[in-house]
Amino acid sequence: MSDTAVKHYIEELHRLQESLPGDKLSLIREAAMGQFQARGFPTTRQENWKYTDVKPIARSAFGIAEAKPATGYEKQLEHARLSGLDSHELVFINGRFSVEHSRSQDLPQGVVLEDMSSAVNNHSMLVDSVMSNTTLNDQSNPFNILNTAFIHDGVLIHVPDDCSIDKPINLIYLSGYSDNEFSAHPRNLIFLGSGARLTVIENYVGAKDRQYFINTVTDAVLSSNAALTHYKLQQESVESYHIGNLNIYQDRDSQVNSHSISLGGALVRNDIKVQLDAEGAGVLLNGLYMANGKQHIDNHTLINHLQQHTTSEEHYRGVLNDRGRGVFNGKVVVHKDAQKTDAAQSNANLLLSDQAEIDTKPELEIYADDVKCSHGSTVGQLDKDMMFYLRSRAIDEATAKSILTYAFAEEVIKRIEIEQIRHYLEYQVIGRLPDAELIKEFTHE
Amino acid sequence: MLDIKNLHASVDGKEILKGLDLMVNAGEVHAIMGPNGSGKSTLANVLAGRDAYEITGGSILFEGKDLSEMEPEIRAREGIFMAFQYPVEIPGVNNIYMLKAALNAIREHRNEPPLDAMEFLRLVKEKTKIVNLRDDLLNRSVNEGFSGGEKKRNEIFQMAVLEPKLAILDETDSGLDIDALKTVAEGVNSLRSRDRAIILVTHYQRLLNYIVPDQVHVLSDGKIIKSGHRELALQLEEKGYDWVKEEAAA
Ligand SMILES: Nc1ncnc2c1ncn2[C@@H]1O[C@H](COP(=O)(O)OP(=O)(O)O)[C@@H](O)[C@H]1O
Ligand SMILES: [Mg+2]
Repeated sequence: MSDTAVKHYIEELHRLQESLPGDKLSLIREAAMGQFQARGFPTTRQENWKYTDVKPIARSAFGIAEAKPATGYEKQLEHARLSGLDSHELVFINGRFSVEHSRSQDLPQGVVLEDMSSAVNNHSMLVDSVMSNTTLNDQSNPFNILNTAFIHDGVLIHVPDDCSIDKPINLIYLSGYSDNEFSAHPRNLIFLGSGARLTVIENYVGAKDRQYFINTVTDAVLSSNAALTHYKLQQESVESYHIGNLNIYQDRDSQVNSHSISLGGALVRNDIKVQLDAEGAGVLLNGLYMANGKQHIDNHTLINHLQQHTTSEEHYRGVLNDRGRGVFNGKVVVHKDAQKTDAAQSNANLLLSDQAEIDTKPELEIYADDVKCSHGSTVGQLDKDMMFYLRSRAIDEATAKSILTYAFAEEVIKRIEIEQIRHYLEYQVIGRLPDAELIKEFTHE
Repeated sequence: MLDIKNLHASVDGKEILKGLDLMVNAGEVHAIMGPNGSGKSTLANVLAGRDAYEITGGSILFEGKDLSEMEPEIRAREGIFMAFQYPVEIPGVNNIYMLKAALNAIREHRNEPPLDAMEFLRLVKEKTKIVNLRDDLLNRSVNEGFSGGEKKRNEIFQMAVLEPKLAILDETDSGLDIDALKTVAEGVNSLRSRDRAIILVTHYQRLLNYIVPDQVHVLSDGKIIKSGHRELALQLEEKGYDWVKEEAAA
C-alpha cells in the first residue's frame, strides 16, 4: 500500500516539475524523491514511529496544492493576524503564497524576507547553503525528505550580522479553503547572522472539518550570539493531517526559545531537532498539546549537546480528553565533549477521560561525566482537593474541571512573551473547554 | 437550621462518625472541641459534601432539606460554607475571579441578578477590611504562596463576601499567633447575625475567649459525648478530655 502511495507522489512530482520548467530547485527535488522512494513512509515497526501510525496519510492520495481560487478564509485570516500585533505577514492559502494578503514594510537594511518561489531566483546562494547543510537537514525523517522533494512554497529569511528585526514575522498558513483535498509542503529557511535577532510565528489554521495534508519543514541556522524566538501555533482542521519538522543549528552563544502549541489536526506529528554545536548555545522548548475527540498528537524532540557549556530546558504539557491520544518523546543526548552541560526536561499530562491516552518517554543519553541533567514526566487527573475546594465555593463540577484544565494549560501559555499571542491562545484554549464564557470571565476582566 | 440525627459516616470503608447528634438554630454559635482524630474535620467535610465521605446512617437536615444527596456546589448555593482547615493552593486560578464566580452562582440560585464588576469590587473593598487582608493577595492565584495566617484570613474573607447561612470553620484558629487570632475572631464576630449559624471547630479554648459560643460540644470517637456552655471549654482546657470520656463511659 505504501508503494502505491509513493508512486502517487512520484507522479505528483512530475506534474510539479513540468509546471516549473528550468526551475533552480528541480535537481534537489529529484534527488530527494529518489531518497524518499528508497525509504517509503515510516511504519510503526520503527522505534521513532512506534505510537504514530501514518497509514491514513499514505492511504489518502492528496494532490499537490494548486493555485486555485479560495473562499471563506477571511475571518480566519483576521484572527491569524493576532489582533493588532504589529508584524510582517506572509500569507499562504491552501499551501500557496498569496502576495495580495501579505505585507512587510520597513524591514531593516539587508534583511531578506521572501517567499521561496522567488527567493530561489533572487537568493540562490543562500538557499543552497541552507539546503546543503547536512547536519541541519534531517535525512533520517522521511517526511523531511518528502518536503524537500516538493520544495516550492515557504519563506526565506535572512537577518544580517548585528541586525534585529523588532516586529515579529508572522507566517500564516490557511488551509482547507477550497474544494480539493490537497497536500502542501511548506519549507521555511531561516538564517541569522552573528548577533542577529528575530521572532518568527508559524501560524497554521484550517477550515473546519476539511481534510488535507500539511507537511512542513523549517530549518534555522543561528550564527554566534544570534537569538531566535520561534512560535508554532497549530490549529489545523480536526480532520486534517499535519507533520512538522523544525531543525535548528546553533553556533556559539546563540539562544533559541521555541513555543509549540498544538491544538488542531486529526493526526499530528511535530519533530524538533536542535544541534547545540558550540559553547554557550542554549535552547528553551516550551510546548502544549491538547487532544479531544479522536485527535492524535505526537511531539518528538531531540536536543544534541555537542559542545561544552551548552544548556537546554524543555517543558511540555498535554491535556488529553475523550479518546484523544498524546505522544511525547523528549530525547537529550549529551555527547562526549559536552562537559558542563545543563539540561532540564519536564513533561506533565492531564488525562480527563478514561479513554484518553498518553505515551510519554523522556530519553537521556549521556556520554560526558561532568553534567547536570534532570528529567521527569507525570500523568495525572485533576486534583481532587482543588476540585472540592472550587465546588464548595458554589462552582459546578463541569466549570471547576474547565477552570483547572485551563490553569494547567496556562502554565505553558504564560511563558509566551508576546501579549497578543498569549491572549489569542488563551481564547483558543478556553474555546475548547465547556463553560467557555465563565472561564473567560475568570481570566480577563 | 441544622438538624443532625444519629449520623454515621465513613471514609475509605472506615467508620469515623458513629452516631452523632447535633442541632443548631439560626443565630447560634456552636463550638465543637475534641482530641485529634476524633472526627471534627470529618463532620465538617460531610456537611460540605466531599465525595470521599460516605454517609452510612442517620440524617442531616438543613432548613428541612435532606443534605445527603446534594452536590457540594448546591449546598454552597443553599448557604453552607466551610472554611477549610488546610485551604488548598490552586495555581493559575485567580482568587478574586473565583470568588466572583462563587458569589454570582449563589446569587443566580437565589434568583438575584449577578453583580457587575464595579459592584463586586466595591463589595470586595468593604469586606477585605473585616479581616485586614492585603490587597495584593486578592489578585494572586488561590492561596498560592500565602502564609498560613493569610490562608485562614482568606477563608474568612470569602465567608464575609458569600454571606452563608451556615458557616463551619474548621480550626480556623490553628497556627495563628494571638494578633492574627484576634483579627480573625473579630471578623467572625462581625459576621454573627440572627439569620446565621456558625459552627466553630477548634482545638484550643483560647478562641472562645474572643468568640463566645452559645454551646460547646465535645466530640470523641465519632460521637458528641458532652454538651454544655462556655464553662465546659474552660474545664476542658484545665482537665483535658479524659474525664469527659470516663463520665460518658460510666
Ligand atoms: N481521607 C481519609 N482517609 C482515611 N482516613 C481518614 C481520612 N480523613 C480522616 N481520616 C481518619 O479519620 C479520623 C478522623 O479524622 P479527622 O476528622 O480529620 O479528625 P479531627 O479533625 O478531629 O482531628 C482519623 O483517624 C483520620 O486518620
Ligand atoms: Mg481536623
